Amino acid sequence: MFWINIISGIVIIGILGFFGIRELITDPVYFLELVLGGLTRGSIYALIALGYTMVYGIIQLINFAHGEIYMIGAMTSLIVASVLGLWGWNSAVIVILAFVFAIVYSCAYGFTVEKIAYKPLRTAPRLSALISAIGMSLFLQNYVMLAQTPEFMPYESLIPDYNFWEPYAHIMTSVELTIIITTIVVMILLGMLIKFTRIGKAMRATAQDKVMSSLVGINVNKVISTTFVVGSATAAIGGVLIACHVGQINFMIGFLAGLKAFIAAVLGGIGSVPGAVLGSLVLGISESFFTGYFWSEYEDVFAFTILVVILIFRPSGILGRKETEKV
Amino acid sequence: MVTKKEIKQSFWIALWFMVLTFPIMVIRVNTIKNIIVWRWTNILWIGIAGFFASLVWNYLLRLKEEKKKSDTKEDIPFVHRLLQNDRFRTPFLAAIAIFFIIYPFAFPMYHTSIMISALVYVMLGLGLNIVVGLAGLLDLGYVAFYCVGAYTYALLNLHFGISFWLVLPISAVFGAMAGTLLGYPVLRLRGDYLAIVTLGFGEIIRIVMENWDELGNGPRGIGNIPPPSFFNFELNQHQNVIYIYFIVIALVLFTIFFVNRLENSRIGRAWIALRDDEIACQAMGIDKFKTKLTAFALGATWASLGGVVFAAKTSFINPMSFTIFESIAILCVVVIGGMGSAIGVIAGALVLILVPEYLRAMAEYRMLVFGALQVIVMVFKPEGLIQSVRKIYKFEKVEE
Repeated sequence: MFWINIISGIVIIGILGFFGIRELITDPVYFLELVLGGLTRGSIYALIALGYTMVYGIIQLINFAHGEIYMIGAMTSLIVASVLGLWGWNSAVIVILAFVFAIVYSCAYGFTVEKIAYKPLRTAPRLSALISAIGMSLFLQNYVMLAQTPEFMPYESLIPDYNFWEPYAHIMTSVELTIIITTIVVMILLGMLIKFTRIGKAMRATAQDKVMSSLVGINVNKVISTTFVVGSATAAIGGVLIACHVGQINFMIGFLAGLKAFIAAVLGGIGSVPGAVLGSLVLGISESFFTGYFWSEYEDVFAFTILVVILIFRPSGILGRKETEKV
Repeated sequence: MVTKKEIKQSFWIALWFMVLTFPIMVIRVNTIKNIIVWRWTNILWIGIAGFFASLVWNYLLRLKEEKKKSDTKEDIPFVHRLLQNDRFRTPFLAAIAIFFIIYPFAFPMYHTSIMISALVYVMLGLGLNIVVGLAGLLDLGYVAFYCVGAYTYALLNLHFGISFWLVLPISAVFGAMAGTLLGYPVLRLRGDYLAIVTLGFGEIIRIVMENWDELGNGPRGIGNIPPPSFFNFELNQHQNVIYIYFIVIALVLFTIFFVNRLENSRIGRAWIALRDDEIACQAMGIDKFKTKLTAFALGATWASLGGVVFAAKTSFINPMSFTIFESIAILCVVVIGGMGSAIGVIAGALVLILVPEYLRAMAEYRMLVFGALQVIVMVFKPEGLIQSVRKIYKFEKVEE
């Protein structure tokens, strides 16, 4: 089995590499644009996928409402930025406040959702929690739609065009640059949080064994809440950045983005933080190539196909470990 | 009952919700015209609603805890008691039968038409109940099979002129095939992956139908789908609706009969056992994969039949009728009615589909309420409003 994996991996990489190099030679600029576009896309997926993978790692629940948390982050930043903009505040202050409010509110929503929809179901069968998560997602979508508007709202980019980046702007916009750099920074911070802090250690312990970690004095409920809050914060950052990139948002953006991010998390190996990042980048770049070279209408079909193929041939993902079912 | 501490807690929770919903509920910005609308009254309502919701929430949680502690016997829902009582069973069923028979003649066509859609949901709900309720497999792409059925009828009729009655069995076969094809690779996976894959599959079918113009006319859809034929008689529109109504009634009765027989069969018991404990089930020698696949394929069959009726009734279909929200609405019917309970699903479908139809003013809140109900039912009454009653064998003590 090990050798089959290795050989099939080499074959796939070989075929892809062959086509990649051929395209690279025929039109290098287009190729580069696709790679960078894919990286941007992948970075956003990574920011959302982290929330999925962390929550899954700790309570084995697909948090369907996570995409909605991301949407609420983008929505809050839009509202805050436009209100402050109309009051005539300084644009630098607006950027900072929009980010801060988006993060704070997303965290608050993530925290509340966990307390309402998941905490009472901690000991219930997994199907119940999953259905509750779907209900929560539906509720949040419709709540934002009814309270705001069902239409798309134009979103003025918060990120200015940098002067120093001017010469390269035709390949990659300043917004894309910001997205990639922000994602890298967030990843490093998150990695440090999980690796070096006390709460990070508690998270890792809880993910391994909930009962055992509560025996050694870890407040499991608090750890789970923190996980939701941290996941929501990264999703909010992703939400604001993607809204700046795309230029419009509505109440539905969280649905597809959430699904794609989930696919990315599965691709990388759900439960594993580096896996989520790797999976997101792989998904982002391969999607970008697929839409760039083949059919752009079937972009979402491609992502789902990847999910099905991965689940059939390697359900534990690229970096995940095979888990055995316990009685 | 309500202590001072709880009131204080509810107050803080209400305040929390007021802060939480502030930007989205109060401020509405129009970025094109640059206007901000401040809706301060909303926050007041949120505060009041939050306060009472928190009190009720705590009360219900406490009730649930007490119930768990007292460990009383499962209380049998009212409807089941009615059906078990010999004196009331016949009149009760007769009343329902008479109601449904005279319904299309007593009410105008509009109401009959709404009732047909509710009954189609009953069928779909019962079909999904096999998959979710009995076998415990969360299928979020159920609408895909519904779509398969509807397009089977539309396309076979468009190209080959095959009539409704012939398509009905063909579409059932197609639905079962689609279910098997999708189920085969994914049913080996754990439950929550299945939800995502089926969700993805549902979306794939819709996207393909939207973009593949040659097959189904893309987003423009297929129109002029003929209603079912009635022995070469020409029926006018009103008669047609009544005719379809009775076809659906017959199909629903068939479904109820079939599901009821299935539930108590060997395979039905295997589904329930599999839902409750997979490992124990395997140890008892049940082929896990084959059992799941049967459930999945049977569920798909019913969705497909429902799709044929839907296409015949509306005479026009396009991919927009088969979005993910349709799947979630059907799931809501099953979850809120009571997973695994046929009566619950029937009642759930009738209530959840008919009430929003008649409360048009509240129609936009439909999905919001569905979402909230799903969470509330799962938290407080996971077995649904009318729970299923398991067959219990009692051993009587022999006196010596």
